[in-house]
Amino acid sequence: MNPAAGLAYACNARVLGPAALRAARLYAERQARGGAGRSPHLAPPLRIAPRCKEMVARHWLEGRHAQGVRKVAWVTSGAPVEFLTALGFYLLYPENHAAICGTARVAVDLATAAEEAGYSRDLCSYVRTDLGSLFSGRTPVGRLPRPDLLLACTNICQTVLFWYRVLAEHFGVPLVIVDTPFVYGEEAPPHALQYVGTQIDEAVAVAEKVAGRALSAQSFERVATRSRRATELWLEILQRNRHMPAPISAFDQFVLMAPIVELRGQAATVDLYAAMLREVDERIRRGMASVREEKYRVLWDNLPIWYRLRAVAELLAERRIAVVASTYTNAWGELAPYLDPARPRESMIRAYTYPILNRGTGHKLHIMQGMIDDYHLDGVILHSDRSCKPYSLGQMDQRERLSGSLKRPALLLEADHNDMRCYADEQAATRLAAFAEMLEAQR
Amino acid sequence: MTGISALGIDVGSATVKVVGVDDAGALCWDALEPAQARAEVQIARMVEDARRACDTLGGGKVALIATGCGRGLVHQAVREVTEITCHARGVFREVGHGGTLVDVGGQDSKVIAIDPGGAVTDFAMNDKCAAGTGRFLENAARHLGVPLESLGRVALEAREEVRISSTCTVFAESEIVSLLAHGVAVEPIVRGIHRALILRLVAMIRSVGLVAPLMLSGGVVCNPAISDLLAAETGQKVVLPRHPQLMGAYGAALIALEAR
Repeated sequence: MNPAAGLAYACNARVLGPAALRAARLYAERQARGGAGRSPHLAPPLRIAPRCKEMVARHWLEGRHAQGVRKVAWVTSGAPVEFLTALGFYLLYPENHAAICGTARVAVDLATAAEEAGYSRDLCSYVRTDLGSLFSGRTPVGRLPRPDLLLACTNICQTVLFWYRVLAEHFGVPLVIVDTPFVYGEEAPPHALQYVGTQIDEAVAVAEKVAGRALSAQSFERVATRSRRATELWLEILQRNRHMPAPISAFDQFVLMAPIVELRGQAATVDLYAAMLREVDERIRRGMASVREEKYRVLWDNLPIWYRLRAVAELLAERRIAVVASTYTNAWGELAPYLDPARPRESMIRAYTYPILNRGTGHKLHIMQGMIDDYHLDGVILHSDRSCKPYSLGQMDQRERLSGSLKRPALLLEADHNDMRCYADEQAATRLAAFAEMLEAQR
Repeated sequence: MTGISALGIDVGSATVKVVGVDDAGALCWDALEPAQARAEVQIARMVEDARRACDTLGGGKVALIATGCGRGLVHQAVREVTEITCHARGVFREVGHGGTLVDVGGQDSKVIAIDPGGAVTDFAMNDKCAAGTGRFLENAARHLGVPLESLGRVALEAREEVRISSTCTVFAESEIVSLLAHGVAVEPIVRGIHRALILRLVAMIRSVGLVAPLMLSGGVVCNPAISDLLAAETGQKVVLPRHPQLMGAYGAALIALEAR
């Protein structure tokens, strides 16, 4: 470890930074108690929201000072990470970083930097945002630590293969790819699981070499236990929205999901979601609804539109529409049953082979059908995300089935999760308003 | 003439329409003007004209509902309703049945599935692109030197047709210029641009799913080639309401009437 970097890390990431973030959290909590920025149609954010924000901010602050102090791995959102956490890696999720840029509305500037370097606008806007950040050195989180290892798993899309090759070439560090064969049927064939298992073993070996130590079975199990518990709690929180009226909206979930993605093997994450569940239960007991006058309940499919989260939530809430479930936030809850702390390696193989995006469009339709029943839904908003082709593929057929045999109005809303240039406020508002009128007419 | 019981205004990108309906929901008064840059001034004047007509015809202070892309500018309206619901309501009342409604406006096109009871069950709209809209034809007419009102007739009389491969309005313009430069006659190009527009509409119809009968509304329906070519392309008879351009405002007025 570089002593100067170590000192800076200890001061900034462990003492001064956390103190500042704690003060910011206390201020935010006080503001929230005073009712600042409350919407007439939406419930205030959960009381725990500032704590969640503080936790995520601490993670990025730590990253800012991690270089030369901790080993750093950049990983895809669906990558098997429990062994990396157990080996002490600091994990950086470029997709989460891009989402932060999206909500901060700096993504287009960064994407433009990537486009100027020759990357096509047809590429995913997360990729362009992150590469633009890399090339320009600009980021809303201060500074990104240089990776010592890259881990890309193809269970979310094939774009990551090329994205991470660019990163590997840029940084000159090892790239490990975990290729997860697409699951066409109910079960992945044994040879596919064996293939994934072999790659995870290879990834562990590379990670051990980079970390300079061997993976301890005890740490691995401990992290897997926390991962399992955190994902279980997350799923329970989501499932509380089966209650009518729903205590939290999918828009809240989009913000509160950051720790389940990037910090899921940590004890603090388990504590956070346990406390969140208690607060959600308290809301149910008090009859508190995320949309004050909830009348219609709908499902959101695909990633959120990060730069318009609040606007879309308000627009729908004004029309008494609560977005109570989402296939996207549900994807992290779905991991829970697969993770078995007693058999971390074997269970990781299944958990990371079966994500929703690594399965057929029929499977996604099946998931949506189940959610329609479980959450008592009146309609579905399918965000046709220009950037996320694997998620958007099949939505036309899914919409036809949902509005046909299931008799649920389904809106195909064309946008992009990060690129504001692919979104037109007025046109989206008209479509959402017409969707609301359809729901009203069908009641 | 009977008194006006409710008003609807459709503020579109190309035209502004105001419709008054009587107690029974029959269209009894209307006004249509090309949209002007100072929209709020124009809207205020047209609403004032409609109010005066109410006074003249009897009806007094009646409810007004606004629709169309400029509906947010109608401060006199009691409510805003989207053009999807309004067009469906107007056409359903006019033709008396459900089906698949294609509305081709100046700036956007929409396909609306209407159930036998008149409710909207699904819809699709062109997205961030003027292809498949009146603007596409307007631009082409300008480049070809054909008056807009003659465009449909020229298309129907053309003996040949050239393929316009661009679905984008801007690229189609380049294609037209290039075809003219290669000596292609105007008539086959005119027919070709109509075909391009129709194919775009058919793709939207397919995305919603065609349930007969097929109905048309919107200002572009004044062009006779649109209904003829759409019928030929889909193999369906196309039903036209009596006042295709007023259906949005008419639907808004009907909703205002129901909300009294």
